[in-house]
Amino acid sequence: MPVYFLEIIVVALGLIMLLVDAFAKIKDKRCIAWTGMVGLLVVFGLLFNVQWPESTDGAFWEFYSSNDQISLFYKGIAIISTLIVLIMAADFRHIVVAQTADPEKGAHPQAGLGEFFALPMFACAGLMLMASANNLVSIFVSLETVTITFYILVTYLRRNVGSLEAGVKYLILGALSTGFLVYGFAWIYGITGSMQLSEITTALAKPEVNSIAALFAFALILVALAFKVGGAPFHFWIPDVYQGAPTPITAFLSVGSKAAGFIVFLRLVSPFLASDVLADKVTLVLATIAGITLIMGNLAAMPQKNFKRLLAYSSVAHAGFLLMALASAPTKSSEGSLSPATVVTFYLGAYLLMTLLAFLVITTVRNSIAGEEIESYKGLAKRSPFLAFMLIISMASLAGIPLTAGFYGKLFVFKIAADQGNWTLLVIGLIGAAAGFYYYLKIAVPVFFGNPAIDEGEKLSTIHVSAPARTAMVILTIAIIAAGVNPNLIIGLFS
Amino acid sequence: MTILEIIVTLPLLAALVIGLGAPARFTALGASVLVLIMSLVTALRFSPSIEGALQNVSSRPLMQMDGFPSLSLSFGLDGISLVMLLLSAIVMVAAVLVSPKESDLKHSPRLFYLSLLLIGGGAIGAFCSTDLFFLYAFHELALIPTFLMIGIFGTGKNRLRTAWTITIYLGVGSLVLLVGLILAVIGLGGSTFNIEELTALASDAPMAAEMQNWVFFLLLVGFGVLVSLFPFHSWAAPAYAEAPAPVAMLHAGVLKKFGLYGLIRVALPFAPAGAEVLLNLVLVLLLGNIIYIGLVTIAQKSLDRMLGYSSVMHMGYIFLGIAASNELGLSGAVLLMFAHGISIALLFAMSGWLREKYGTLEFNKLGGIGKQVPKLGLLFGFAAFASAGLPGFANFAAEVEVFIGAFAGAQDGLGWIQWATIISLWGVVISAVYMLRAYRAIFMGPIPEKLEAPADICWSMRLPLIILLVALTAVGFVPELLNQFIRPAITVLLAAAG
Repeated sequence: MPVYFLEIIVVALGLIMLLVDAFAKIKDKRCIAWTGMVGLLVVFGLLFNVQWPESTDGAFWEFYSSNDQISLFYKGIAIISTLIVLIMAADFRHIVVAQTADPEKGAHPQAGLGEFFALPMFACAGLMLMASANNLVSIFVSLETVTITFYILVTYLRRNVGSLEAGVKYLILGALSTGFLVYGFAWIYGITGSMQLSEITTALAKPEVNSIAALFAFALILVALAFKVGGAPFHFWIPDVYQGAPTPITAFLSVGSKAAGFIVFLRLVSPFLASDVLADKVTLVLATIAGITLIMGNLAAMPQKNFKRLLAYSSVAHAGFLLMALASAPTKSSEGSLSPATVVTFYLGAYLLMTLLAFLVITTVRNSIAGEEIESYKGLAKRSPFLAFMLIISMASLAGIPLTAGFYGKLFVFKIAADQGNWTLLVIGLIGAAAGFYYYLKIAVPVFFGNPAIDEGEKLSTIHVSAPARTAMVILTIAIIAAGVNPNLIIGLFS
Repeated sequence: MTILEIIVTLPLLAALVIGLGAPARFTALGASVLVLIMSLVTALRFSPSIEGALQNVSSRPLMQMDGFPSLSLSFGLDGISLVMLLLSAIVMVAAVLVSPKESDLKHSPRLFYLSLLLIGGGAIGAFCSTDLFFLYAFHELALIPTFLMIGIFGTGKNRLRTAWTITIYLGVGSLVLLVGLILAVIGLGGSTFNIEELTALASDAPMAAEMQNWVFFLLLVGFGVLVSLFPFHSWAAPAYAEAPAPVAMLHAGVLKKFGLYGLIRVALPFAPAGAEVLLNLVLVLLLGNIIYIGLVTIAQKSLDRMLGYSSVMHMGYIFLGIAASNELGLSGAVLLMFAHGISIALLFAMSGWLREKYGTLEFNKLGGIGKQVPKLGLLFGFAAFASAGLPGFANFAAEVEVFIGAFAGAQDGLGWIQWATIISLWGVVISAVYMLRAYRAIFMGPIPEKLEAPADICWSMRLPLIILLVALTAVGFVPELLNQFIRPAITVLLAAAG
């Protein structure tokens, strides 16, 4: 089966889900989400059976899509994160219903759920396209497919002020960053006369390239991409949007959107890094941004009291580590070093596992605890040892404790930075990792040390964990620990 | 699977099974007793005749990637790690035995035993690993369980703060250590994590002098934080004082030895020139441990803090043995690691019992309880004597080896290290002062009025104490029991370090 069938199947699935929602009378709209989950599982299986075309000369391959193993890996990331987002969305349905339609005014009791389940499918298709885009046009189209879907999803809880605020912020800043991106693309086209990345690479590598114009284009693109992945100083939208958006969408933003952002980052930055004229300056700019991002993300995460907000800053911090790897691209003199693509891809794979696990716990807990303040997790260990355990595993991995996947991610980043002699960044990264120990473990304090806030005599209620969520959590935990012992389980998938 | 792999896996597996719902104390006890039996079998089958070579070797290659050292999950024992394995296994059994019964724990007993197994299992894994990565990774396994154990099951009002202190302190220390290790691996060619191969590389193609200084410095600070080397010691005493007794036993007795083990196994052979350059720094710091912390120990007003500081202080002797860097000094250091681990575990076990029965460990609230609990008094006396370094206990034999080792070379005139040894000898007096004062304050003199007599220690408490005491005296009378393993390994190590 040709590789582009995957995207087609996902879009078709999304359309079917929408049609079913519109025309079929179903009692429980979770059926729609379940259809999506099963469909995505099938697509995920197909991912291992794709056939490469015999010749990649055609216009489609040349201009539109690259066909390497890494792009398949990123498609996998997109599928898995969408799948788990659907699981979360199904558990999140009560809140969606309560904050979208008003039953007192005669709204259908499950109004709004169908689209909430179907829309992530379209974002998923966009993310998958983005994974293999190798042309400025296809990059832009796929990026916008994703972003526009997110505009809707972020602001989905229309009777919730926080969600609306997040939506407006995301829309305005997102549109602005898109403007920067297109402008940057225009400059690149002006300099190189091509939209295709391989040709751009060749053109930029020529010694007579206009380096000032090229750097200006790079700066414009960097602003837009830093916005997408949450690099400082363009990260200010992240905490507000993460906190306000519906939790499953926050997870989607922080995993799917970030992973896709980074593959575009990798693809767009590598022509600049391959050019002898530009490489030094580009690396310096990247290193500066990485340093600021690490400091901002880690330090700002420390005093946070809202769990989603904390994870937002943590996602900024992780973007810092990823940028640190990008800024440590090997120069030609130091061959035999790790490649930033490997490091970034592994890191994102690990990040997917641990972040989704954390969000699964948040969504599940949200059904029985009002609010997402860290304080409200008091006594979780007593109410549900299972969830507490899952939470501590994901926090340990995010903090980078050894024998979890997150540790290898950080180790690779530190290794590549040390290889290149990026000592300043390395020290900043270490301080960030140390701060991480604090703010991730901070979650454990109310969870394990506190007592549940209940009135005396009231019976301690357990927290219901739905079967798909439970399965997903167990699989993610096993994957985190297995990849924490043997990183080849993840690396083998893309190299 | 080799027997060693089973030994490493068993505690972790038991922790998992407990997490899934198996009876906690029973599983933990079963696993740790099995580990002890298997470790003893390994020791009996260990042939010192194979000069210093690794035994029970197993290796599972995990990853081979361009630009990253090859990684394999490999285990093996030489004489040093065998002694450390025995120490961990013995202390772990004792720690599980003195742990409160499930019904006596207010909070989740499962979490308690699970964490205990993870702390012990992590230490065992670290000592048995022959791969630098897993040596580091297994040690870190203890980080979060320790945090939870002190925070949830600890004593005292400040336990949350203490839990934070130890976690952040050790976390930062291990990050520094990580950088040191990465630098060492890169400096040695960056092709492997295997400690044996790296050691060979370090003697064939040593790192540049400046690099060696950096590596040794980072490793000294990183491992030093874990060992509570002066001035990185401030986490230790409060943490041990407020941790539940089994955690204090495992942490002070076993886990802390990891840092010293790492210095001997990694820092010395990888960066011998760096070690020579920084020797004087080490000497100053270890005198800080012995003399300054020794005096601080004398000033303590309660038993748990005093024991915590005394365990910090005794690290100084082990550093002295390491600083001597000769066969006698190093083997004395390893022997002292064993001896101190057992004796401090013994003392913490008893102080935990006292705290539980009397509700306090302050010297001025206790007194004369030797009459109330004579059996405990007797055992405590033994342990205190052992800790102060009286002949007949392993500590004495080890300290003698360390001092003689450190004094070797005095015929050419007294160097820095000999002067440091002369000053360190006063530490023995300091130990005797605080141990005997503590013994007098608690067990002798008049009994304060309010103090009610509890029943003396029962068999479930006597058993772990006796196990520990037997280990301590057996090695004390026949140090050759362990020295036969340690010596060949040290010879190999010194030959590699040139």
